[in-house]
Amino acid sequence: MDTSVKNGGITRSDLPLRVINSTPEGIAKAKNRIRRSFRQIRTETVFRQALVIIGLLMVILVMGILLTLVIKSMPSIKALGLKYLWGKTWDPVQDIYGAAPFLLGTLISSFLALVISVPFSLAIAIFLGEYYPKGWLPDFLKNAVELIAAVPSVIYGFWALAVLVPIVRTFESHIGVLAPIGQGIFASSLVLAVMIIPYAASLGRSMIQLVPSQLKEAAYGLGATRWEVIRSVVLPYTKSGLFAGILLSLGRALGETMAVTMVIGNTSLMPHSIFALGNTMASVIANEFSEADKPVYVSALIELGLVLFLVTVVINLIGKKIIDRFTND
Amino acid sequence: MEIKSVKYRIGKNYGFKVLVTIFAFACVVPLLFILFYILEQGITKINWHFLVNIPKPVGETGGGIANALIGTILIILCASVIAIPIGILAGIYLSENKKSRLAYWSRLCVDILQGVPSIVIGIVAYFWMVKPLGFSALSGSVALAIMMLPIIVRSTEETLKLLPASLQEAAFALGMPFHRVIFKVVVPVGISGILSGVMLSIARITGETAPLLFTAFGSPYLNFKVWKPMESLPHIIFTYATSANDEWKDLAWGASLILLVWVLLLNIFTKLITRKWKVQL
Repeated sequence: MDTSVKNGGITRSDLPLRVINSTPEGIAKAKNRIRRSFRQIRTETVFRQALVIIGLLMVILVMGILLTLVIKSMPSIKALGLKYLWGKTWDPVQDIYGAAPFLLGTLISSFLALVISVPFSLAIAIFLGEYYPKGWLPDFLKNAVELIAAVPSVIYGFWALAVLVPIVRTFESHIGVLAPIGQGIFASSLVLAVMIIPYAASLGRSMIQLVPSQLKEAAYGLGATRWEVIRSVVLPYTKSGLFAGILLSLGRALGETMAVTMVIGNTSLMPHSIFALGNTMASVIANEFSEADKPVYVSALIELGLVLFLVTVVINLIGKKIIDRFTND
Repeated sequence: MEIKSVKYRIGKNYGFKVLVTIFAFACVVPLLFILFYILEQGITKINWHFLVNIPKPVGETGGGIANALIGTILIILCASVIAIPIGILAGIYLSENKKSRLAYWSRLCVDILQGVPSIVIGIVAYFWMVKPLGFSALSGSVALAIMMLPIIVRSTEETLKLLPASLQEAAFALGMPFHRVIFKVVVPVGISGILSGVMLSIARITGETAPLLFTAFGSPYLNFKVWKPMESLPHIIFTYATSANDEWKDLAWGASLILLVWVLLLNIFTKLITRKWKVQL
């Protein structure tokens, strides 16, 4: 085992070999060292595989959600077919299930909320992105907008129930709505509008900051005023990004549950006007899911959840695609 | 294009600026209104009894929300235990494998998960957990964990992507195995971004009510067993706010204030972390 050559001038340290002492302790030490490095290699492989499994888990999770919804809503898809989507009556007692009132309620309240919130979120995006990107006042505004997103939706709902509904009621009796209740689609749209402002605003701000400054400076150089620069350079350039932000906040509005459930009034009748009581897809699930006793009733509610899931997934994916394309260009 | 006078154009410019400013700051008004209203209503309801007692039956005065406080903490704790390791590992996977096909699909699924309405996750958790095991706080935790995942995954991935590749390469060159490079070099360097993602996700789920409606279900008693139905702050606010009982409404105002302060503190804390370590989220 002695590897050194006495007269040739080669010493132990010049050899690329690891020399093992032939004593029992030395051999045991070497064995341990080899075992440890093999263990490390094995752990490394296991860790790599675990990462792949975790990555796969994300896919499985989403597929699982989709599959669960599809399988559990099968009874109602089979029993009711496509007419479920435009049936106007929802009467679980007599086994009549038509989702049209909820689809309509969701669409009206979300789009009304969007129409109300878009000017505000655009104004915030332009103010923070173009006019005042730095300073204490914009910082305050930015933090306030983030706070709007942070307040839990159940608190919005409670506040709306206590404060907003009476205000809406007086407003309704002023403009002469029959039976001013206060609760209803209009009140829930107002709450929703406040809640979805931050999403479009923060995305819009980052999009507006991406506008190349040469473009803006060129326009200024031609003698344009700031408003003209915003209208004919900034807004056309960020058009698709702003649209994506609005799309994402629409996705939020469609899926929002608690605040809407608390103020919309929860009736399964077709809404006649924007001041009528109504129900959205999310709120009807929240209200009736734990009370549903018949299998078809339960699965009709889950089918609503499936529709909601598919719609929000499509909206979110389109929004993300637009943003990706915008930021990569 | 017809030529407008310069004065008209400057006036229009000025008018637009004023309009944008007014609209931008108009959003702060409802926020301040809500914050102050909750503070005004809630502050008088909170006292020691409120924090350590459980709700009294209808007709009796007093009572508190101790059961909801304990429940919220336990549910969030369980959800964090489930979501944080999986979320961070998934984030590591996505940042280490930028090009593979599985990573593409995985990233897409995380994006999808981020947009799923909370009520849908509630339904799914009902069928996965409540149907076989009965109403339990744990099933609520699973639902909330699913909601936490995308936030943690994305923030981990974004943080780790920004780290210079030379850092990892140096560690590999020293002969460190992959898992040690990740846990001893990559994660410690990116810990601030990961941590702020975790805090943000906890802040986000603290106020979630919809997934808890059919899972943790709520109970009027104090309990520490996570396999039993459990009350939580958002759920107690929802049930008491929509009840007709004034006594209960008072409880709900107090609970709202506590929930609001909690969520705001978490957000401020996250902000401090990101500012201290200069994280980009």
